[in-house]
Order: sequence, then C-alpha cells, then structure tokens
Amino acid sequence: MRGPLATLAGLVLLAALAWELPVRLLGTPAYILPAPSRILGVALGRWDLLAPHAAVTLLEIVAGLALALGVAVPLALLMFARPAVERLLSPVLVASQAVPVFAVAPLLVVWFGYGLASKVVMAAVIIFFPLTVSLLQGYKSCAPAYRVLFRLMGAGFWATWRRLYWPWALPYFFGGLKVGVSVATIGAVIGEWVGAQQGLGFVMIQANARLRVDLVFAAILWLSAMGLALWGLVGWLERRVCAWRMPEVGGAE
Amino acid sequence: MIALTNLAKSFQGLPVLAGVDLEVPKGSFTVLIGPSGCGKSTLLDVITGVCPRDAGELSWEGRPRQDLRDAAAYMQQNDLLLPWRSLLDNALLPAEVAGRDLPAARRKAGELLVRMGLAGFEGHRPHMVSGGMRQRCALVRTLMFERPIILLDEPFASLDAITRRRLHRLLLLLPTDFGRTILMITHDIEEALMLADQLLVASPSPMRVRGRWRLAQPKPRRPEDPELLRIRGEVLALLEDAEGGA
Repeated sequence: MRGPLATLAGLVLLAALAWELPVRLLGTPAYILPAPSRILGVALGRWDLLAPHAAVTLLEIVAGLALALGVAVPLALLMFARPAVERLLSPVLVASQAVPVFAVAPLLVVWFGYGLASKVVMAAVIIFFPLTVSLLQGYKSCAPAYRVLFRLMGAGFWATWRRLYWPWALPYFFGGLKVGVSVATIGAVIGEWVGAQQGLGFVMIQANARLRVDLVFAAILWLSAMGLALWGLVGWLERRVCAWRMPEVGGAE
Repeated sequence: MIALTNLAKSFQGLPVLAGVDLEVPKGSFTVLIGPSGCGKSTLLDVITGVCPRDAGELSWEGRPRQDLRDAAAYMQQNDLLLPWRSLLDNALLPAEVAGRDLPAARRKAGELLVRMGLAGFEGHRPHMVSGGMRQRCALVRTLMFERPIILLDEPFASLDAITRRRLHRLLLLLPTDFGRTILMITHDIEEALMLADQLLVASPSPMRVRGRWRLAQPKPRRPEDPELLRIRGEVLALLEDAEGGA
C-alpha cells in the first residue's frame, strides 16, 4: 500500500506544480483560475464557512444512501426471487438511468421542497441503481450446484438466502456501494444547485455569482475529500466483512 | 434397499436414461461404473429429485417414493464448501438448516472432523487447506445430513492418486461404522474394485445397467488379488464392447 500511495502523492504534487507555475508566471487573475496554493489556503482557512455546509451535504448523502439501501435491497431480492418481476422491471430501471439527473432535479425540488428531502431523494436516485444491479448480479452468480446442495438439505428460500445468497452476493454488494458513494455527491450537489439554503452546492453557486472561483474550487476539494473518505470507509467495511475473500496463506498440503 | 425399476428420463426427446434397473441392498456399498457422459449425473438428479423422472419406479425399504430427497445425502466432485465458513461451520450446515440442537451437532461434527483427520483444522477456512482436506470436510458434512443413504458422484475425481487412495479408506467406514447405504458413481475401475460390494456397469447414453458383480473380498483390498483382476478384465471387456456397440 505504501508504494502506490507515495506514487499517488507524487503525481498529485506534480500536477499541482504544473498548475501553480503557469498561473503565477502568467499572473492569471484569481477570479479566472486561482493557483492550487490559494485554493488549499481557502479550503483550510475558511473551514468555519465550509464545514457546516459540508456537514449538510454529507448528511444528505448518508441519508440518501440509507434510502437507496432501503429500496435496492428488497428490490434486488424481489427481482431475484421472481424472474418475471426482473423481466418487467429491468427495462424500466435502465430507462430511468438514461434520464439525466439534471432534468428531474427541478421536479424533485418542486415535489419535496427546498429543504433536505429533495437532495436526499436525489442522492438516493443516483445510488440505488448500481446497488440494485450489483446485488442482483451477485445473487445470480451463485453456482447452481450450491442451490441443489441447499435444496437437498431441505432449506427453504429464506434459509438459503441467509446462508448462501446474501453472503455470496456481499462482494458484489460492496462493489455497487463503492460506485454508489462515489457518485452520490453528484446527486446532492445538483439538488443544492437547483434550490437550497445550505450545502456545498449552495456555497458553489453563491461563490460563482461573486466570482469567488477560489471558493468554488475549495468546495470541490471538500466534496472530493468527502467522496474519498466514504469510499475508504466502504472499503474498510468490505475488508472486515468479506475477510474470507482475501486468502492469507497458500494451501496446506 | 433402494430399488429402481425401469427408470426413464429424456431431455427434449433425447433419451438419457433408457429403463435403468438396479438394487442397492441396505448397508451395502454399490458402485455404478460407466463411460463419461452415460447419464450418471442425470440418474442422481432423478434419484435426488432435482429433476422428475418420466417413467419407472423408485422405492426405499419397500415403499414407493417420488425421490429420495429427504432420505439421501449427496456428495460430488466439487466440495461445495462455503468459502466464508470455517471447516467446522461448513460441516454444521445441514444440522443448522434442519434446526437440530446446535451444541450437540457441534460436538458431533467436531468428532467427525477429528475422525477424518482434520484435527486442528476446524477453524480454518476452505481456501487455507488442501483439496483432499476440503473433500474430507465435505464428507463430514455429508454424514451430518444424518440420512441413511449417501450418493457419491465421482467424489474424488479432481484429486491426485495418493490422496484419493487415503480417502477411499475413509469411504469404507461409511457402511461399516456409520451404517449408511452407499450408491457411488464413477468411471474409475480401480476405485470401483477397491470399494464395491456390488459393482454395476452402465451402458453409454442412453443408460441401462448391463452387468452386475458381487464382490465378497474383505476390505481393504489388494489391487493384485487374482479374483479382482479377473473381474476387472470382465468389466473392461463389457465397457469396451459397449463403446463399440454405441
């Protein structure tokens, strides 16, 4: 882990330099393109402004995640248990993903108001799709021979789900969750752009209107950091729950 | 006794089982040997109720039945151990699903694992142990079904010769020490000669039973036993004749 991390840090530093130097040499005004050092300065220096808004956005994402889980877990199970439901719903699901989130954002604000609810729904709409699809894929990837084994043991659907399908699908589930948390910020921020009184998206809109480009970038930096942190959290959870997937030693002959 | 009479099964008009007749005496080790693709797995699927038969009779202890789903345990070439469970927890699975008393089942599974040479590995996950050890654990799980019949579908086909021979010794315990009735399907003649009380030869697909031998030699057997060598010759002749006739 140390190797790749150091390489990554080096690359980020290099990119920052390739940005910083031209900006300084050409004297580009900060309202067009601020230097990375300035962005970092604002991101850290204005934490008193950014942190409360970031907390709101984070809350929207986490609540959206919970809502998405509440929909995706039963839905994937239903589609797995009843193939007719899957045939009926998969075109609808795919079509729903083809609709740009921007297009429905104003509607959601009309329906759910300017407060938290519309952003939570927005984030959930984005997260639930990769979650549902990956869980369903996980269930379906279970080898038929295992199902036969469970049937011979006399296991019903729920006994089989608990002991076979769910643990089997867990690695897929975490894959979908990782995708979900990394794109969830999009949903929350778009919701905030359309209409909100708080949140990092709100900060960005306000700062943009005042040509505070450095603050826009600082908000983006906070968003990225939140996405990374969530991703890391899910990864950590996955390593704990799916420890069996990581072989520790070779076979003992 | 398991009795199959004139058992038939087709898939999309293609006959796979063409009237299979066989009897497996209670407490015996019966081995059905046949060429690859002769319909062996279909036969086991019909017996276990994975798919229904088209025609014929099936009975256990004189009573006609649809299948042997709740009287038989089944072990295959693939160990089918759950990778997230320890060997002990894998062995416990049938007791857990059946809702049996867990502390008692845990004791019993533990004893069986020791008996099968897995002492000290109870807490290991399947990927941490060898293929032979995984199959031993699968054998313990099969016993933990606590059903009178055990069906074996080429259980050791993916193991090396030495490991396989060691595991044969454990299989021999199934009728004698555990009172199970065994029907094993294989295409390995040597394996069949070492294990069988009754040896059946299947035709190529569609399957029929074409030959039957009773082997009274005490076990464990020596492969160079002249009587076994004679039977081996007869079985091979029948198998080759069947190939030619197909």
